Amino acid sequence: MTALRLENIQKSFGNVNVLKDIDLEVAHGEFVVFVGPSGCGKSTLLRVIAGLEDASAGRVAIGGRDVTQTPPAKRGIAMVFQSYALYPHLDVEGNMALGLKQAGEDRKVIADRIAMASTMLALEPYLKRRPAELSGGQRQRVAIGRAIVRKPDLFLFDEPLSNLDAALRMATRVEIARLHRELGASMIYVTHDQTEAMTLADRIVVLRDGRIEQVGSPMALYNDPANQFVAGFLGAPSMNFLNAGPLGAPGAVLGVRPEHLRVADEGPITGRITHVERLGGDTNLLVLTPAGETVTVRLFGQHDHRVDAGIALDFDRARALSFDAQGKRLRA
Amino acid sequence: MHKARHNPLNAIAAHAALLTWTAIALFPVAVILINSFKTRKAIFREPLALPSPDSFSMIGYQTVMKQGDFFLYFQNSMIVTVVSLFLVLLFGAMAAFALSEYRFRGNTLMGLYLALGIMIPIRIGTVAILDLMVQTGLVNTLMALILVYTAQGLPLAVFILSEFMRQVSDDLKNAGRIDGLSEYRIFFRLVLPLVRPAMATVAVFNMIPIWNDLWFPLILAPGEATKTLTLGSQVFIGQFVTDWNAVLSALSLAILPVLVLYVIFSRQLIRGITSGAVK
Repeated sequence: MTALRLENIQKSFGNVNVLKDIDLEVAHGEFVVFVGPSGCGKSTLLRVIAGLEDASAGRVAIGGRDVTQTPPAKRGIAMVFQSYALYPHLDVEGNMALGLKQAGEDRKVIADRIAMASTMLALEPYLKRRPAELSGGQRQRVAIGRAIVRKPDLFLFDEPLSNLDAALRMATRVEIARLHRELGASMIYVTHDQTEAMTLADRIVVLRDGRIEQVGSPMALYNDPANQFVAGFLGAPSMNFLNAGPLGAPGAVLGVRPEHLRVADEGPITGRITHVERLGGDTNLLVLTPAGETVTVRLFGQHDHRVDAGIALDFDRARALSFDAQGKRLRA
Repeated sequence: MHKARHNPLNAIAAHAALLTWTAIALFPVAVILINSFKTRKAIFREPLALPSPDSFSMIGYQTVMKQGDFFLYFQNSMIVTVVSLFLVLLFGAMAAFALSEYRFRGNTLMGLYLALGIMIPIRIGTVAILDLMVQTGLVNTLMALILVYTAQGLPLAVFILSEFMRQVSDDLKNAGRIDGLSEYRIFFRLVLPLVRPAMATVAVFNMIPIWNDLWFPLILAPGEATKTLTLGSQVFIGQFVTDWNAVLSALSLAILPVLVLYVIFSRQLIRGITSGAVK
């Protein structure tokens, strides 16, 4: 069963085409992440799915039902916003109950659902508090709770972690993954953060300039990107792109992941260390080659390299990727 | 105390300036209040002296209470001001919401058109307005004044409120839409409470000119039953003789309701209930 089907979605504001020919199918229970740089149209696409924006052309179907003309409240969706968007005049319980009350649900059902959601998210102690009296992380949990109580066919997350600090972001990320497992619900998640995309997704949809660049599982995209953009977008530190000619590789550009480079006595790449990042578990070296390219090397463990020292690098040719001048992947 | 940011000289200078300004602003009000409690002779002998047992007199207030129907004037002023303010705020906020929230053809043009009234004084159209009121039979009704004041207040209200409404989080409105709230409920329950400070500003800006206006009451509703307070006070000012006791007493009384309304709105101005809605 498909949770979401997008057919030929187009969206333009005036003369600007924000979304171009988007086709996508999301299976029931799947966690799909839309990822891309800012301005790529991922948030607009989510708003089209939610019904907050009308598509200029194309069809949206949720749970097998065509909802292209359906208002947001009747689409069977729930949405979690980056800014939480809690109702300031209602307490936590009221925030969670409003959508159900609007839909005319039974009092008993509402109470049960709120009890379920607040247990799941550890919100019981805060039910009578107003949003103003909660911390950022608690507010985001309430926003998630507000989505859960609606029992939607499809959850939509719009960069829900962007306003949280790093530690809380990690914790909430784990929380969302756990909710996905427990609820078995279909979820669509928009982010510009490739770590969130890699860690949460069953499937990642990479968008650029309103087009889908590639769709696939995180590891498929990481190991087998269709083009230079996808290769560069996923992975941190991001892939090194080197002029292929001097290295004797096919195509115009050779892509090598930082962890596939190693320090050697002599190798095809030589240069000078310009910066060393010691992360404890990893050590990242930035190496400037004579050709003026900066190469990032990721070494496991702690290494004693000094800035300004000369260095030679070797890499695993079998794991390097070749691209043509247009950035398209060349497969051997 | 933060020593680095706390310079006593600066504080004294700031307070001196503020106190001077307060004294200047309150001086006429104080003179009116003081003299409203004095005999006519005492007013002219020493205008700045406080009422003493010798010069104390309530004659002004007695005249005001006896002559003319002052409570009716009061009531008229109050009805006109409150109803006009309500309509200005309601329609102004609705127009502002539409302008700031919905994309439609001619949105900017419509906004400019609605704001045009800020630059054109409504009094230029007095003759036409009077003509209109005569033809619709609204002369000598409070409705005439309410309609004119509502029209007068709307441009600035739309202009200020639409600016503020643009700042209300889109996410909050969208959350309401997903939860199935109607556009009206989103407007009344989510957006209006968040722009309350702006509403109070608009209310205060509109209230004083309406309350103090002499022009339109004189032209559109000079009848005894529809006189406003400002117009009613004019009976004491004659071409040859002016009953200063009564004028000053009437003015003192007229200050009170505006003061009360102002206190209500200014509390809203200060109160920040919006925190916590969105980060």
